[in-house]
Amino acid sequence: MAGMNNFLALMLQLSVPLVLGALCGTIAERGGIILLGVEGMMLLGAFAGVAGSFFTGSAFLGIVVSVLAGAFAGWIYALFCLKWKAHQSVVGVGVNLFASGITAVLLKAIWHTEGMSDPVKAVANLTVLVLSDIPVVGAFFKNQSPYLYVMLIIVAVVWVLFYKTKFGLRYRAIGDQPHAVQTAGVPVNRYRYIAMMAAGAIAGLAGSYLSLPQNNLFVTDMTAGRGFMGLAANIFGGWQPVGSLLAGLVFAIAQATRFYLTDLSIPSQIVQMLPYIITLLILLFVGKRVKGPEALGKLVD
Amino acid sequence: MDAIKMQGIVKCFGPVRANDGIDFTVEQQEIHCLLGENGTGKSTLMNILFGLYHPDEGEIFIHEKKAEISNPNDAYALGIGMVHQHFMLVNQLTVLENIIIGKEQGGLFLDPKKCEEKVSELINRFGFQIDLHEKVVNLSVGMRQRVEILKTLYRGADIIILDEPTAVLTPQEVEELFKILRQLKKDGKTIVFITHKLNETMSLSDRITVIRKGKVVFRCKTADTNEKELATQMVGRSVETVVAKRGNTSGKAVLELKAVRLQDKAQETVSLTVHAGEILGIAGVDGNGQQELEAMIVGNQKVKEGSILIYGTPVEKMSVKERKKLGLGYIPSDRHKNAMVSSFSIAENFLLGYQDNPEYCKRGFIRFDALRKDAKEQVERFETRLAGLDQEIGQLSGGNQQKVIFGRETSHDPGFMLVAQPVRGLDIGAIEKVHKTLLELKEQGKAILLISAELSEVMNLSDRIAVLYEGEVSAQFANGEYTKEEIGLFMTGKRAGGAKG
Amino acid sequence: MKNKKMIQELGKSLAAIGIALLIGALFILLSGESPAEAYGALLKGALGSPKSIANTISKSIPLAFTGLAVALGSRCGMLNIGAEGQLHAGAMAATLTALQFSFLPGPLLMMVSILAGILAGMIVGSIPGFFRAKLNTSEVIVAIMLNYICTLFTSWLVNGPVKAQGSTAQTHVIPDSVWFGRLMPQTQLTGSLFLLRIVAAALYVFLWKTSVGYQLRAVGANASAAGTAGIKVSLFLVLSMVLSGGLAALAGITEVFGKYHRFIEGFSPSFGFTGIAVAILGRNHPAGVLLTALLFGMMDMGALRMSRVTNVSTNMVTVVQSLVILLVAAPELIQWHNKRKRG
Repeated sequence: MAGMNNFLALMLQLSVPLVLGALCGTIAERGGIILLGVEGMMLLGAFAGVAGSFFTGSAFLGIVVSVLAGAFAGWIYALFCLKWKAHQSVVGVGVNLFASGITAVLLKAIWHTEGMSDPVKAVANLTVLVLSDIPVVGAFFKNQSPYLYVMLIIVAVVWVLFYKTKFGLRYRAIGDQPHAVQTAGVPVNRYRYIAMMAAGAIAGLAGSYLSLPQNNLFVTDMTAGRGFMGLAANIFGGWQPVGSLLAGLVFAIAQATRFYLTDLSIPSQIVQMLPYIITLLILLFVGKRVKGPEALGKLVD
Repeated sequence: MDAIKMQGIVKCFGPVRANDGIDFTVEQQEIHCLLGENGTGKSTLMNILFGLYHPDEGEIFIHEKKAEISNPNDAYALGIGMVHQHFMLVNQLTVLENIIIGKEQGGLFLDPKKCEEKVSELINRFGFQIDLHEKVVNLSVGMRQRVEILKTLYRGADIIILDEPTAVLTPQEVEELFKILRQLKKDGKTIVFITHKLNETMSLSDRITVIRKGKVVFRCKTADTNEKELATQMVGRSVETVVAKRGNTSGKAVLELKAVRLQDKAQETVSLTVHAGEILGIAGVDGNGQQELEAMIVGNQKVKEGSILIYGTPVEKMSVKERKKLGLGYIPSDRHKNAMVSSFSIAENFLLGYQDNPEYCKRGFIRFDALRKDAKEQVERFETRLAGLDQEIGQLSGGNQQKVIFGRETSHDPGFMLVAQPVRGLDIGAIEKVHKTLLELKEQGKAILLISAELSEVMNLSDRIAVLYEGEVSAQFANGEYTKEEIGLFMTGKRAGGAKG
Repeated sequence: MKNKKMIQELGKSLAAIGIALLIGALFILLSGESPAEAYGALLKGALGSPKSIANTISKSIPLAFTGLAVALGSRCGMLNIGAEGQLHAGAMAATLTALQFSFLPGPLLMMVSILAGILAGMIVGSIPGFFRAKLNTSEVIVAIMLNYICTLFTSWLVNGPVKAQGSTAQTHVIPDSVWFGRLMPQTQLTGSLFLLRIVAAALYVFLWKTSVGYQLRAVGANASAAGTAGIKVSLFLVLSMVLSGGLAALAGITEVFGKYHRFIEGFSPSFGFTGIAVAILGRNHPAGVLLTALLFGMMDMGALRMSRVTNVSTNMVTVVQSLVILLVAAPELIQWHNKRKRG
């Protein structure tokens, strides 16, 4: 039982950046913008969190800085895509490279080292009394990062915004038929800018999770593909907030399993490959049915 | 009282004056038809009224108050709604969601119940029959149009503009639509109906405004006019004399269409024959099956019913390439999309479609010397103005681009030429050259199918004429048998007693 | 007319590089260093001696191969973001072939191994092409998945079944009969350079002198017109990705046969992604790609010296390269810069 609990706890820990990353993809792409830059925005957030914590001495302010940095990156991203009409996939590649480079450069400028920063104030984990003693479910309440709960709140908020408010209705429509929404009198691009900043802020938060609670320092390229994996989870989850949550958890299981495979003969790399292979198979077999937003990459004036 | 009054509206797109000082008045609670051929500026005028375009000159009064309409929101605020020819609907949302989007009930949170109540009320009042919870993607075209109309009503429109609403409907759906529109009128709505179909105009409208080449040419009450007069006003009196010498229409059959169904909604199939040494002109307003005819002959669209033969060989299963080998030369209606690659040089464009021909391709390598020699010869033959064969074709004027394409398509000695809208967007000099070329090709014994929305072009060049209406041939006859006005009637729905020719 | 356009394009590329370097200088300034000193060190490190020049060229070679790969895809309207995975697959397949068939005579072994590597890259490249052509799924998403699958799969191989003794994740050394010869002693410049030049020239001839290349470009420039001209569009979407995958594989193969003589985990510092920048800046033309790769090679090589002499990280180069991508990707932005310069 303890083993089961440990596994669940580990899975939940690993799921946070994946779910948040998937959510970024959902938010941006439901509005019709191809967001390949989650990886980079996450990395910027991870760095900004550590730098913020380092300069202010407060982990909480570190998180605030990372969220602001992410939102700023999202705004710049939107400027490139919407105002300057750049090739959206290429912007993603550019942002990812930029984040990888600039964080390393600033790392060296601040701490005069290569590779990793000095440790900073971290975000402590929480244990909810009583509830943490319940078998199986207890893993959810025992020694978990507050990020986990924030993540669930964000998923819930996005879901409500998407499906229960008028803004969500309009926004979902923008991703499918921006011109129709435009003629219905909705300022399409303003919605897209706001959404991109929200996606950026969430990516920044996801990044700060990697640096602040998990390691309390910054390591170059520490996102290690979690942004891309989040995008895959977004597709796997059918471009939906709850789908992103579930897909993120599934991907996290695959990641968690590798810590338990040392005794078994299945190599960890093979297990890690599974989410990607599954996503490809899904695209292959339900190809025409699993359709993203119809107007992905389409602009309006 | 006037519901709409537009005065001295001018709108230019580059050098083209799409609206050239138009005065347009619609009275309260009437159905007003805005009649004209394609590209005469009807839609431009209505897009100005709806706030999608901004006029260069002119004033608009709504309910006799001066109005500034700079976007669709302003238009809705004034009670103006528009149903576009291309529906503005979100496929993945439900009917209800499509209707309310942008003007939802409830505060931040949607109030689905209240939304549904409001829309149901409208539906009951006007007797619509529609399932609010069905996704739009699953609806028929007619149903989608009703969603669009509901959208305008939900927004409180009392002036409703419909842009060519019947173009995509079956006759039954048209009847349904008319019923709804009459009901709306009874309820106090004012309706502007853009169309080019005379029978619809006559049966539906109270008053009519006819536009030709960006100007209003005729206004009247529907009760005071008839189809013949309207057709004359719409197409204009024929001023040019017929250019073509009547060719030999009894040559060998080169292209044959046998019982081909052009449009799914069409009730009859189409059969046509083009003989060697003649030009068969296809007249008709755009969107009556011309595109399908063109695409099916060249092989860009599948032939679902019937068969197409070139020199007696059925080609409907053949690829584009194989059809070209049989001797098909093709001048597409959409030059930029289908006939050329703008970023390629003139020489490279000369290769397009003939990249595998042995004269230009030896062991996989392009024979540039042969290609350039032929290209040079052709651009000289057509007196094309260009800086050199290495110039990008996108930099040439439309007329010179068309000359390059004519040069390419005629230099491989095709027995049959499919020529669609060959002078669209060209200046007068280039038009003359293109027309001369077509007549020369005919003299050389080629069979030519000329598809054109310009009736005068068809009448000047063709030996025989077939008129397309709603995917069917409404008349087929030897050129000269009918006047321009009579052909105008065939173009708008009248049928010839018996298809001759 | 054509020359004027080429000069314009060149001007835009130079403007992008100039602006990127300026923004880079700003970051250097912000981190408390002197841009002049840093860029000076970079230039000296890249071109200061014949050896450093040779190493600069050597660093440009894998970038040129991935750049050519991306350029070929783009000519057909496909963004090959999967070069990273393709070059891993190619490098591994070539290495394993060279190890497995080491009994073959040198020249034959070399040829067979290289072909095996290219084939592996082609197979990986064909998958996104197939998804796009048959299912109309974005080739970008599929290629990203394949990047992970390929790097993880080769990582498994090199950590497990084909791992050589020792702590490093690497294969055994391939027979020295298939090593590419060094062109200059004590540098990393090898015969890969000749292979690159041949491939770049062949690519140019293919794209602009052959009928198949012509059809490929026509599909990329106007798929609708290409289809009307009787060109099978979906076939070319797949073909372009197959060929692009083969070219990307060469980036991995030449690194193995020229530099490391074995497959080492993590040998590619994202050559595949940098290749996208190289192709974009090189305007998807082989000559442009070679020039851009050289420029990027200079930056990579010079960065080593820059980080020694000053406190600026080698990654400053990545920043400048990424800014170049962003500036070139946004046509309206560069136009705006042009206008501003004129005004």
